[in-house]
Amino acid sequence: MSTRVVDVALATTGLDASGRPVRVPLTAEPERGGEPGLEGEHILLNLGPQHPATHGVLRLVVELDGETVVRVIPHVGYLHSGFEKLGEYRHYNQIIPLTDRTDYLSPMANNVGLALAAERLMGIAITPRCTVLRVLACEMSRIISHLVWLGTTSIDLGAFTPFLWAFQQRERIYDLQEAWTGARLTTSLTRVGGLMADVPEGFVEGLRAFTRTFPKTLAEIDKVLTRNAVWAGRTQGIGVLSAAEAINYSLSGPMLRASGVPYDVRKDKPYLDYETYDFEVPVGEHGDVYDRYLVRLEECHQSNRILAQALDRLPDGPINVDDPHVILPPKSRAMSDMEAMIFHFKQIMDGVQAPVGEAYVGIENPKGELGNYFVSDGSAKPVRWRIRPPTFINLAALPRMAEGHLLSDLIAINASVDIVMGEVDR
Amino acid sequence: MNPTVDALRATFGDAIGRAHRARDGDAVVVVRRERLLDALRWLRDTPDQRFDYLVDVTAVEYRDRERPLEVVYFLRSLDRRADLRVKVELDPAGELAVDSVVTLWAGADWLEREVYDMFGITFHGHPDLRRILMWETYAEGYPLRKDFPLRGRFSRAEQVRQALNANPEAHYSLEELSIAQAHAELPADMRGRLERGERGTVPGSA
Repeated sequence: MSTRVVDVALATTGLDASGRPVRVPLTAEPERGGEPGLEGEHILLNLGPQHPATHGVLRLVVELDGETVVRVIPHVGYLHSGFEKLGEYRHYNQIIPLTDRTDYLSPMANNVGLALAAERLMGIAITPRCTVLRVLACEMSRIISHLVWLGTTSIDLGAFTPFLWAFQQRERIYDLQEAWTGARLTTSLTRVGGLMADVPEGFVEGLRAFTRTFPKTLAEIDKVLTRNAVWAGRTQGIGVLSAAEAINYSLSGPMLRASGVPYDVRKDKPYLDYETYDFEVPVGEHGDVYDRYLVRLEECHQSNRILAQALDRLPDGPINVDDPHVILPPKSRAMSDMEAMIFHFKQIMDGVQAPVGEAYVGIENPKGELGNYFVSDGSAKPVRWRIRPPTFINLAALPRMAEGHLLSDLIAINASVDIVMGEVDR
Repeated sequence: MNPTVDALRATFGDAIGRAHRARDGDAVVVVRRERLLDALRWLRDTPDQRFDYLVDVTAVEYRDRERPLEVVYFLRSLDRRADLRVKVELDPAGELAVDSVVTLWAGADWLEREVYDMFGITFHGHPDLRRILMWETYAEGYPLRKDFPLRGRFSRAEQVRQALNANPEAHYSLEELSIAQAHAELPADMRGRLERGERGTVPGSA
């Protein structure tokens, strides 16, 4: 066996006069001239559509200079289902199941928005009990939607524990929602002129118990994130939009308010008697990801306050308007009473008739202003049903926000928009 | 009927058409297409009006084919808490085009793209007027038009054939970034290739 001589490259250039190895200083400078012509070359990165950090089937084409984002081009439409087109072929009540599937993280609030728009178009005034129950539905939706946002965003930024806490609380609301509507997602809670069902026995007590204990979880999340150096470092000064830019980009909801614009539909164009509730609208000051987090966290507190007030004032009485042209008679009466049967038949076959005209109603959904715009030619099916999708419009500002940030910050910025692709693509 | 509509009429004269109150209480006013951009800029910048927020842009086509298509702009003044709906009427037999308002509100970018995608209405001056919800090579027309059948124009077999023949790599080229930014500045033959959906192939790779 022959001896083998190996030349080993050492990190020293040799020995100094005293016989110790001479050390090469460590530098962060990249070696110049190693690969020819790579300086200034931009990389094209495709993020999504199947990527956990894009929160759905969103595809981002990112142009990178090193790790810095030069340009982002979002591509949407993978979940496009043509809901607006479908709506033109359906009675107003038949549209409600479609709204479950737009922003599927807050289906009950979408149901309410659609019913309000249809009622405004038809000039229907709903009952006091229905009004309060719809407020409960909207605020429950806001809490579960914000909790999903909080949980998934904290995972995006490397914190796993708040996700578990948030989803545990979310599950409590879902249990109540399931008891009320029979479904976790496809709630279809509202009807034109009322609701699908009254709240079941034990619901009020269950929700009251939730409102008492929920702030504890919010305090825990606040404790673990708000003054956390990693969290603050990853979110402060990231994705900044000034108030003027936020207005110019038509942002709405927490995105708009985090930039310092105090517009909340519940306060400024009230519906469902929101002006009679005592709650605050949190407004940010820097317009960065951190402020959006603070705004959403505080909105959970405020929603909880509204829930408690609504439970206190929940009046007795009917949930549906007393109009057989709008509300179906109970099945038992439809089977025994001739007049009720005729109304039942007419409504199933012809639907609720709307007068000629148009109506737009915007409501403050968890993610921004959800608008429903109906144009009617006097038939039972709308000529045009338009959803003003808050997340679609908020997402359009993503390229502006992400410019010049690092790729990892793009994930934080995208998370802060709080998108739901079901609604973006509709 | 509405102070803003009266002020519009005083400023723009017969470019302002009929106005009415919608069933939700908001004022709706029809503006002639030629003066749309001027009227919206006036509404945004006049101190008494300050309609600084664009809520939504959409279009309406009626079942009655004789009626013109409408492009609807939902404006809001955040300071005054006032809403206004401005409509432009387009003759379906004529050119379906209006001026883009992206120069006034950046938020109009995607909204106008959606209207273009769904109704085929062109927005002059839009920096990047591509389809947004449908894919760029979608050839069946404009889904929200009333002459578009609910299930689409092509048969299911044709839709499947097109999907299988699509070149998925075409959507992942560096070209795409430049195209999105500068579609209008591209040479005419390249734009033609884009519109026919032939882009993204490597030259010489046959």
